[in-house]
Amino acid sequence: MSSNVDAHAAHGSHADPHALHDDSHYIKVWGILVVLFAISFAGPFLGIRIITLMTAFGIAVVKAYLVAKNFMHLDIEKKFVVQLLVVCLGLLFLFFLGVSPDVMKHWGWNWRNDSAKNANIPEHILHEGGAEGAPEGAAPAEGAAPAEGAAPAAEGAK
Amino acid sequence: MVKPIATTRSATGVPTGRLAVWWVIASEIVIFGGLLASYVMHRLGHPEWATYAAHTNPWAGGLNTLVLLTSSLTAVLAHNAAERGNGKRAANLLMLTCVGALTFLVVKSFEWYHEISEGFTITANGFWSFYYCAAGLHGIHVIAGAIIMLFVAADARKNKELQRVELIGIYWHFVDLVWIFLFPLLYIAK
Repeated sequence: MSSNVDAHAAHGSHADPHALHDDSHYIKVWGILVVLFAISFAGPFLGIRIITLMTAFGIAVVKAYLVAKNFMHLDIEKKFVVQLLVVCLGLLFLFFLGVSPDVMKHWGWNWRNDSAKNANIPEHILHEGGAEGAPEGAAPAEGAAPAEGAAPAAEGAK
Repeated sequence: MVKPIATTRSATGVPTGRLAVWWVIASEIVIFGGLLASYVMHRLGHPEWATYAAHTNPWAGGLNTLVLLTSSLTAVLAHNAAERGNGKRAANLLMLTCVGALTFLVVKSFEWYHEISEGFTITANGFWSFYYCAAGLHGIHVIAGAIIMLFVAADARKNKELQRVELIGIYWHFVDLVWIFLFPLLYIAK
């Protein structure tokens, strides 16, 4: 091994360069990734929504794991790095938990968001049950007759 | 040769350059993750966005996925070559990765040209705003990665600073990872 490689090992590369694989290993992983991609691409052609979602997002997670483990070498990286990334993902999850109820729902016990509910909704969706899943007593959509016992909407749309 | 302190100091056991890249990626997780999480919650709150998503081109998105997966392969092969002290091979493989980046951007340009000419602009509605923001932010990362890679490849060809091949590789794999999630979100879920 040349002195340049020794310097490389000392200053930049993984502690155990032998933990890296031969090129054939990476080509094999790439082959698996391409097959997984083909499955996720073909999923929607079956026309079954649940299969589309499973093949699209389930496979995306598997692909991400394969890339992180094999290409980014997280399997041989110091634990500190993995912990750092996991903390960031955890914070992201907290963000989602905290914000998603306000964004995903357009009404609550004491508030409603008419502008979000009516924004860009095509006519056929508006008439085919845009209010589907509304909680009992929720404020009705603009123009609809209020349900009996409906709670008064909070002042001003959110 | 005496190395500058930034490449030799290490409190965590991780070489400083690589640690810096991991911190960049940690912050990128929050940036891209925040954007994608916001997209997901809006998408779930607005089922009508499926009708807008139907206008994205899965063939172009699929081709770009293949391109990025392949460029990730060439990036990791470049790292492997650098690890074995073969700077010239590492440089050549990094240049191939740059070709992948260029191909990705060309496909994206054609895709955007057609979408914009059909009236699907960034101000058309919430879906298209997210679409252009997410894909545009990702595209900026592709451009930045390709430019940095050109500099790293130039050094690697002279067998200098070979550790940087791994560093730009880690960044590039992250760019690939982001696309792995963007592809189903923007092109498949309709």
